[in-house]
Amino acid sequence: MAIVTPLKTAAEQQLAQQYADAKAELPGGPAVRKLREDAFAGFEAKGLPHRRLESWRYTDLRALLREARPLATGPGRLDAARAKLAELALDATVVVLVDGAFVPELSSLEGLPEGLSVQTLADALVSGRDDLPRVLAGPSVAADDSGLMLNAALMRDGSFVEIAAGVALEKPIAIVRLFSGENEISVYGRSVVLIGDGAKATIIEVNACLGKAPQQLNVALVVEAGSETEVEHIRLVTDQSEGSVGVFSLLATVGAHAKFDSFALVCNAATVRQQHFVRYAGEHTEVGLRGINLLGGTEHSDVTLIVDHEVPHGTSRELFKSIIGGEGTGVFQGKVVVRQHAQKTDGSMKSNALLLNEGATMFNKPELEIFADDVVCGHGATVAQIDGEQLFYLMARGLPRPQAEALVLQAFAGEAAEFIADENVRALVMSEVEAWLAAREAASQVSTV
Amino acid sequence: MAAVQETIDQVKSIDVTEYKYGFVTELEVEKPAKGLTEDTVRYISARKNEPEWMLEWRLDAFRRWKTMTEPNWSRVNYPPIDYQDLYYYAAPKKGASPKSLDEVDPAILETYKKLGIPLREQEILAGVAPENRVAVDAVFDSVSVVTTFKKELAQAGVIFCSISEAIQEHPELVKKYLASVVPVTDNYFATLNSAVFTDGSFVYIPKGVRCPMELSTYFRINEQNTGQFERTLIIAEEGAYVSYLEGCTAPKRDENQLHAAVVELIALDDAEIKYSTVQNWFPGDAEGKGGIYNFVTKRGDCRGRNSKISWTQVETGSAITWKYPSCILRGDGSRGEFYSIAVSNGMQQVDSGTKMIHLGRNTTSKIIAKGIAAGKSDSTYRGMVSAHRKATGARNFTNCDSLLIGDQCGAHTIPYIEAKTATAVFEHEATTSKIGEDQMFYCQQRGLSEEEAVALIVNGFVKEVLQQLPMEFAVEAQKLITISLEGSVG
Repeated sequence: MAIVTPLKTAAEQQLAQQYADAKAELPGGPAVRKLREDAFAGFEAKGLPHRRLESWRYTDLRALLREARPLATGPGRLDAARAKLAELALDATVVVLVDGAFVPELSSLEGLPEGLSVQTLADALVSGRDDLPRVLAGPSVAADDSGLMLNAALMRDGSFVEIAAGVALEKPIAIVRLFSGENEISVYGRSVVLIGDGAKATIIEVNACLGKAPQQLNVALVVEAGSETEVEHIRLVTDQSEGSVGVFSLLATVGAHAKFDSFALVCNAATVRQQHFVRYAGEHTEVGLRGINLLGGTEHSDVTLIVDHEVPHGTSRELFKSIIGGEGTGVFQGKVVVRQHAQKTDGSMKSNALLLNEGATMFNKPELEIFADDVVCGHGATVAQIDGEQLFYLMARGLPRPQAEALVLQAFAGEAAEFIADENVRALVMSEVEAWLAAREAASQVSTV
Repeated sequence: MAAVQETIDQVKSIDVTEYKYGFVTELEVEKPAKGLTEDTVRYISARKNEPEWMLEWRLDAFRRWKTMTEPNWSRVNYPPIDYQDLYYYAAPKKGASPKSLDEVDPAILETYKKLGIPLREQEILAGVAPENRVAVDAVFDSVSVVTTFKKELAQAGVIFCSISEAIQEHPELVKKYLASVVPVTDNYFATLNSAVFTDGSFVYIPKGVRCPMELSTYFRINEQNTGQFERTLIIAEEGAYVSYLEGCTAPKRDENQLHAAVVELIALDDAEIKYSTVQNWFPGDAEGKGGIYNFVTKRGDCRGRNSKISWTQVETGSAITWKYPSCILRGDGSRGEFYSIAVSNGMQQVDSGTKMIHLGRNTTSKIIAKGIAAGKSDSTYRGMVSAHRKATGARNFTNCDSLLIGDQCGAHTIPYIEAKTATAVFEHEATTSKIGEDQMFYCQQRGLSEEEAVALIVNGFVKEVLQQLPMEFAVEAQKLITISLEGSVG
């Protein structure tokens, strides 16, 4: 029998070198140091995720990362970041991370409401808090992902936010990750939001690139929500520089009688892999994961999620809408796991994709893994074109084709955004969607199928 | 359905007595030494008196197999198979290659009688209207015992015989089509099968012929420690039509036995092949001891324009089922269908589904898969629908539903839906649920016992698939499902 010796790719070798060089200066006490060592050993054993791994089947990171860019060590120039923040005009408690580094002067850290505390991840890692290993590990279903292992080994900075029990935040917390795009660099960052029992919060995560240089991003957000919490998480992945590869993870653990909703918009992105891992830590909890992917050019968007119903009486809803033009590729891999004792689970998952022209591709893989009998679970997946009848209806009423298409597409995508409770945030999301559609309309692009 | 503990006890108490085909036929058999070497391959080939090219083909497959590793991606668990601890060939000594039924060992005839398979043409004719006749190829361990109605079929130009016979009589057809759908090195088990396949059916329907009767093959594993390596090849020429049925049973034994089959279907322009399986291999006892490992590669190639291949399967047996009857929709306008009922109970494990590979233009496919899991069994639907860049206008509808009975079982759905052309329209829906309390209440309130109510609801659940089966099989399948679920209700 042939013995297979795994060969390390150039990027894998460079990563090993980078880790060896950087580990002395990466922040963290002994516990964190051990965590980094273990994570990197795990990564070395597995290598960069590749298409032979089921969960990375459609996004071959090993092929995409020909070489590992140098690690970012501090924020690049801040003027562009300042301009972007002004443009976003977020009415929120803003935490700004430029090239992965916490930038206090751009963040609004003064006059924080009572019960809200914000520090840098680096400080938290050094602090030696007892709960760090647990918090950083996240849901068990995320444990064997080598993309996350790499993140754990190399994470340098981010934010560490704590919301005290019973606090209902008036303003959202915005974690704004900006990438200066001046040089080809790689950024490994992680942010943590701990939400005490009964608290209410909205977390906005902005990820945008300001320059033209391709970036390698591997960032994660850890959310731990206690029981009876109400949490809304919005992620925007926009304006990624051409040639960039980004892995965006969400590790969420949600307590009993809680409500956790997450929404992600991907547009004007390069190659984006989102992975959501959600664990139910208590009964009677509702989780919703939704998103919109708007793709053109050679853009690639992969949404992979694992919802782990560990306890009974959980409800989960997933709805993802993809509009794919050009040579774009959309991927949806959803997995709902219902463990043996998780009776009365109610799960429903849906992925809808519209392909606008030949060359566009969609891969759907909605999975159910069920070990309990008293459950209601379902999933649906569709791939189709813009409905000719809907277009006809609109065009018969005098709308030109591009405008008619924009209207149909807006309605199609908007369905997923309707669930965003915070009106301002919904408006922010829809304005991005409308801008994308307007650009398409302005270019008089029409569907060719 | 509240009595969970009761369900567990009930499931525990199910005995294999439910499996009524578990008897053993005592026969003198001829088999080579245990294990698999080039000599075994040569032995099989020599026993079958095969031409040189066939032997070379087998040896080539064997050499390739030795370089391969067993796949492990499926959601099934079994102890490693020792391929050197198996017999690869077993044939009844008495009446080998019989010229007529009179030369067949009476013990074998008795077996088929017990199984309810009519092998004597006159017996079939006696009570049955001519249009309901079925031609049977009976495969016992490694050899085909008899094929009925050959003459009458030959008049219509249809060739229906065992594959061994086809290699002798129709080498040009075998050479042309064998392994043209499932390449020799397609997968571990297909390669193994290519090296050591023993018997199976060969069907050739010439241009424009509608096969005058249903064709069927009945597979029986009898010998201990013996693997059965079935090979079936069905070719429908332009405009031809054939409906083929397959049934399988095996005795109750404590050890696991391997059935690694390869089935290839080829449909040319406007041809239609309907392939139905009622798989009832011995499933093992309630503790998971014994039973057949059913690792099968089944694939149909819609090679011609507007051709159609339809798979219907009722899976109730086997300790482990691992199979994906698939369709390659190569011809423009071709159509693939897959209807499946998989019932698992006890410790059974099922990982089954289909692949619909759209290559031609305006190809359509439909998948209806119903999984019912009870006891401590695991049932997985794994399927793929893909459209190639040039498969414009591809259309698919998939519906896979799972029903869980009891809280010890698992039901999983893993569909892959890959659209590489923007003109594809793919729809997929799947649900998992248990039998509704309101449904049970409704039935029981009208005087049905709990078991009857479950049987009624389950039959309603799988009706869509049962309707696709030929009449004779539909009745049998319905009974089988009821038997398979017996004792699963608390």
